[in-house]
Amino acid sequence: MTLIAAEEQLNPLVPHPSEMILGGVVFLIILFMVWKFVTPRFEKAYADRTAAIEGGLKEAAEAQDKAKAALDEYTQKLAEARHEAARIREKATEQGAAIIAELRAEAQAEARRIVDQAQTQIEAERQQVLAQLRTEIGDLSIQLADRIVGEVLDDEVRQRRIVERFLAELEEQEPVGEVR
Amino acid sequence: MSTVVVSASGGGSFVPPGPASFDLPPVIAGVTKPMMLVLLSAIIIVGFLMLTSRRAAVVPGRWQYAGEMAYGFVRNGIARDVIGGTEYLKFVPFFVAMFFFVLVNNLFATIPVVQFPTFSHAGYAYALAIISWIVYNTVGIRKHGFLGYLKHSTIPSGVPVAIYPLIIPMEFASNIIFRPITLALRLFANMFAGHLLIMLFALGAEFLLIEASGLIAKPAGVLTFAFGIAIAFLEILVQVLQAYVFTFLTAMYIAGALAEEH
Repeated sequence: MTLIAAEEQLNPLVPHPSEMILGGVVFLIILFMVWKFVTPRFEKAYADRTAAIEGGLKEAAEAQDKAKAALDEYTQKLAEARHEAARIREKATEQGAAIIAELRAEAQAEARRIVDQAQTQIEAERQQVLAQLRTEIGDLSIQLADRIVGEVLDDEVRQRRIVERFLAELEEQEPVGEVR
Repeated sequence: MSTVVVSASGGGSFVPPGPASFDLPPVIAGVTKPMMLVLLSAIIIVGFLMLTSRRAAVVPGRWQYAGEMAYGFVRNGIARDVIGGTEYLKFVPFFVAMFFFVLVNNLFATIPVVQFPTFSHAGYAYALAIISWIVYNTVGIRKHGFLGYLKHSTIPSGVPVAIYPLIIPMEFASNIIFRPITLALRLFANMFAGHLLIMLFALGAEFLLIEASGLIAKPAGVLTFAFGIAIAFLEILVQVLQAYVFTFLTAMYIAGALAEEH
């Protein structure tokens, strides 16, 4: 019975006011310290970290953009260069064809010119030879006629001899009548 | 008690622990053990959080990481998840202080030598519940105005006017009166009962092993001792859980007071 009486006296639900005050005050002290120091510090660390990560991401994005821009530029330049090369090649082909055509035309003209020249020369020489021949034949005919007229052609043998001598002289003279 | 199998040989009979077991004599000059423990808890909590947050570096060291884990658990796991938005940051210090205050004082029940849960003295639980009550009501009154908050917390939206006479007293009692009581009693009763249970097993095992005689006294003592250890592990879970529940419910009440509509 004494135990039950003691239990009634010591009702655990009835608080000691001193404990309530102490508990409240201690909690408020902890709260104050956390509010004043701990939370600002950790929140600052979080914020710094977020900023650092975001900064890093931003830098990375910028670097990526730059790299992309550079790549685009290079691609564009490469395309331009290819285009340029193709254009030059085409031009060169055209020019080559033109040069060949020109040269061919020139060569043909030259050939024609040479042929014409040769023909002209041949014609001139022929004319010259003809003229020379004509004069020589005239001379020879006159000489022959002189001989024939100068000597008496009574004798057939003698006549033949004259002719042969004439021919022999003629042969000796041949180099004189040669062209050039 | 089955005196047939187990009887006291040393002359003493088994005295089970009761509420009197919690009424420890003052250590010095009216200062009791729970008073010292509650101060010790403040030193541990403030010391740990201050030291780990000292540098607040972007790349945390081991200690800062531990502090951030503890802080972040309450900040993100309770404040942000329950209240959310942008308003939760204001309440983070409150929840951090509350969670670790309850947690450390509860864990005292298991730490050797200390081995006493501060909140098994109802006064501490009442004090904390009163603070919780003041905070969530103040938050609600500042948000909605006094009458607005009363309406907000007593009249659920969508309820027909006809049952207002019925619902208003119920909601008022539930939201304004019973919340701090249940909050305090839940914490106190868990700590009180848990400690009582461990004391019962410890003292019972001691009595059976040392003082009792009889055929099954010694095996029963060993078994009791083993159960006591198992219960102690269960109690660690309860201690952590109660700290979480207390803080979580406070966060819920604040979130409810802040809400635009129920």
